[in-house]
Amino acid sequence: MKLETKLITGRTAYQGSYLENKTNPKYFEECACCEMNPEDLNKLGVSVGENLNVKTAFGEVVVKARENDGNPEGIIFIPMGPWSNAIVNPDTGGCGTPGFKGIPAEVEKTDKEPLDMISFMRTYYYQ
Amino acid sequence: MNVITDAICPFCGSLCDDLTIKVENNKITDIQRACVLGHNKIAGVTDHARIEAPLVRKDGELVETTYEDAIERAAEILVNSKRALSYGWSSTSCEAVSKAIELAEETGSVIDSCANVCHGPTTLAVHEKGSPAASLGQVKNRADLVIFWGCNPVHAHPRHMSRYSMYAKGFFTKKGRKGRHIAVVDVRETDTAKIADTYVQVDPGCDFMLLQAIRSAINDNEDVIPEIVGGVPKETILELATMMKEARFSCVFYGMGTTQTRSKYKNGDAVSSLLYDLNQYSKSVMIPMRGHYNVTGFGQVCNWETGYPNAVDFTRKFAYYNPGETGASDTLLRGDVDAALVAAADPGSHFAQEAVKCLAKIPLIQIDPYHNPTTELADIVIPAAVVGVEAEGTAYRMDSIPLRMKKFIDTDFKSDEQIVTDILEKVRELKRGA
Repeated sequence: MKLETKLITGRTAYQGSYLENKTNPKYFEECACCEMNPEDLNKLGVSVGENLNVKTAFGEVVVKARENDGNPEGIIFIPMGPWSNAIVNPDTGGCGTPGFKGIPAEVEKTDKEPLDMISFMRTYYYQ
Repeated sequence: MNVITDAICPFCGSLCDDLTIKVENNKITDIQRACVLGHNKIAGVTDHARIEAPLVRKDGELVETTYEDAIERAAEILVNSKRALSYGWSSTSCEAVSKAIELAEETGSVIDSCANVCHGPTTLAVHEKGSPAASLGQVKNRADLVIFWGCNPVHAHPRHMSRYSMYAKGFFTKKGRKGRHIAVVDVRETDTAKIADTYVQVDPGCDFMLLQAIRSAINDNEDVIPEIVGGVPKETILELATMMKEARFSCVFYGMGTTQTRSKYKNGDAVSSLLYDLNQYSKSVMIPMRGHYNVTGFGQVCNWETGYPNAVDFTRKFAYYNPGETGASDTLLRGDVDAALVAAADPGSHFAQEAVKCLAKIPLIQIDPYHNPTTELADIVIPAAVVGVEAEGTAYRMDSIPLRMKKFIDTDFKSDEQIVTDILEKVRELKRGA
């Protein structure tokens, strides 16, 4: 089952707490996750802590599922960081700033595990 | 024991200036009144793993080198590049920014701040329409209506609400939270929305439409407003407009929910236009929720030195500014830069993937206290002191008020200002030699 959603990325206090401490595994834990409405998790048959593959026109990334009833159905949130930015819209629309919010994204359950910070950077960006 | 009072927190644009820091034997032993973000940053200076020595990449691995060698290699990269990108400079002092601009001019580089992936569109909005501004002190003392539009201070600026906007008691706002109406406009019910009096849920990318609809209501053109705008019922739009008109003093704090979504700078432009009309009836101001503690300072220094606030290109030997062309993300996406100097920022984490891919391909110099994703891509890494903890300097709060940051402890690490001064000196030496 795949769910069509819109992706929002941004700050959380937990992500921000590890901003100057990004080699800490807690930074990975606080960023490589996706907050969804409980109803959306039910539709996907996914429990909190299970893995999700989030795919946009710009890439895909594996993150852990989290629950947030503040998110309306169909809106998912990934904290800002290397994981979210692997799938945001790089186009600046001629005004300098990429599209970090409101990106159409397809979410499905996966057996793959999220990559920790160093493995992630090496997998995605080393030539 | 040394007790430092009225210490300034070097994390976010709120720049809280009421911290008390206790220092024993050059170690910070107590941090009072800081939020979780500030506390972790200040405590982290000794708790977290630092980059201990300058590093250079050899055969794919970063290996230790001397400071002089790192400076010389960095200078060589910049001198040999046709067009380098100097990026970041937002978690550092204005003094370091000033030197960085001098270095960019000397090397014919493009220089940009973190506003590129943050409030850059706000700057464009201000160019278009201006910005009815106020200090946070005015908001604290006068505001009876505060609107948080596309921002989530509970997470991003945790003490903003108690010090300035939501709970603060001031001269005309003696009742504090009870005398103040708080409205939040966002696409999801954030933790800030949960403690607000009014929460308006707008559909993603529809902020511009909603702003224009409220403006129509303020100008008594209710008849042109459709029944639903961006997922918001007309009734709610009329309520918001009445609320704004009837307030004695209102402030719209706006964040990434306006700049990083559809319509980008046109959203800030629409806030400004709305307030222009609203100010015919009431008093209303707008303040951007700036993220890095001194990203505002970069804009100030860059403005007075080059005439432009960010995204300044010195390739032509004079300052040229066109953010959709000379912004850090755009130059990287087009592959228009052949080297990069990154300081006091982490584009490896916070740039979109296509821009990071370009950073990975070109020689990259990093100046930072900590190992972060940018370090993984860097070819030369120069460790720095943490400004605001180990080095003093000037920073500008989100409302453009300059504050002097104190130094709490001594360190052997060099400040960003010292490092960039040393690179500049080496660059001039190499250019003279050539």
